[in-house]
Amino acid sequence: MRVTINGDPRDVPEGTTVAGLIHHLQLNERRIAVELNRDIILREHYTARLLADGDEVEIVHFVGGG
Amino acid sequence: MTDALTLAGNQYHSRLIVGTGKYRDFAETRRAVEASGAEIVTVAVRRVNITDPGKENLLDYLDPARFTILPNTAGCYTADDAIRTARLAREAGIGTLVKLEVIGDDKTLFPDVAATIEAARVLVREGFAVLPYINDDPIAAKKLEEIGCAAVMPLAAPIGSGLGIRNPYNIRIILEHSRVPVIVDAGVGTASDAAIAMELGCDAVLMNTAIAGAKDPILMAEAMRLGVEAGRKAFLAGRIQRKLYATASSPIEGMLGS
Repeated sequence: MRVTINGDPRDVPEGTTVAGLIHHLQLNERRIAVELNRDIILREHYTARLLADGDEVEIVHFVGGG
Repeated sequence: MTDALTLAGNQYHSRLIVGTGKYRDFAETRRAVEASGAEIVTVAVRRVNITDPGKENLLDYLDPARFTILPNTAGCYTADDAIRTARLAREAGIGTLVKLEVIGDDKTLFPDVAATIEAARVLVREGFAVLPYINDDPIAAKKLEEIGCAAVMPLAAPIGSGLGIRNPYNIRIILEHSRVPVIVDAGVGTASDAAIAMELGCDAVLMNTAIAGAKDPILMAEAMRLGVEAGRKAFLAGRIQRKLYATASSPIEGMLGS
């Protein structure tokens, strides 16, 4: 199935969870925040939350800023 | 702690808050932050680069256990975007502090005051400690304080302009009426600008470009630390009145031939 991650279309296997996606992308869970279709996904829900075809995922972190 | 800055329930020795943007690399960012003595540092919230996730993270260089990380909503032009960014920042595990910026125009980067107030209202209700970036506008400052913001942060001059405090009289009016900390945010160019803000009685100064854009950012970070400290001490000491004519410093009595 196809999901959009940070504006970038990606194919991911059926049954991929938010936690699975984070692991696949090699992102450190501690320092990111995830939105799924504009809703923030709480950290404790990463392992349970399944992605669906057409989902829009935003993954953000902190960068230098003023 | 003597003469501590109390902000959102925490106490700080340093009254200089620094940004982390525009440095060459994270190592330079850290060295500048160290030299500035700042205990609070601002950061921005942006998309992770998913094609190159192995990249180092800013927080690998600035330990959140040691520094208070203050996420901003820079680049947001609507209340909704700013609220969304603040919520994401909180979820990223840093806490409830947020530097609220809702920009009104990309040339001046002046704040959209109406949208800032709207966003502040929502974020305060959601339990955020909101530090809003505003014009040097006493009315906006008052309204944001009444909403429940943890501080007000009037600009000295446009972001990155280095013009220094353009309207010290408005800052003075804000100071006179404010019961929350007043932090001059944006527009400082050099150490004397920071000192002037502190001499006026501001509680702290927040800056980024003035340090990061200096020829030697580390040295400028130290200069800013000293400028803020000097200004604060001068404020506490209470300056002499300005007079038109001279007053001799040496005694008149006992002059030769008198």
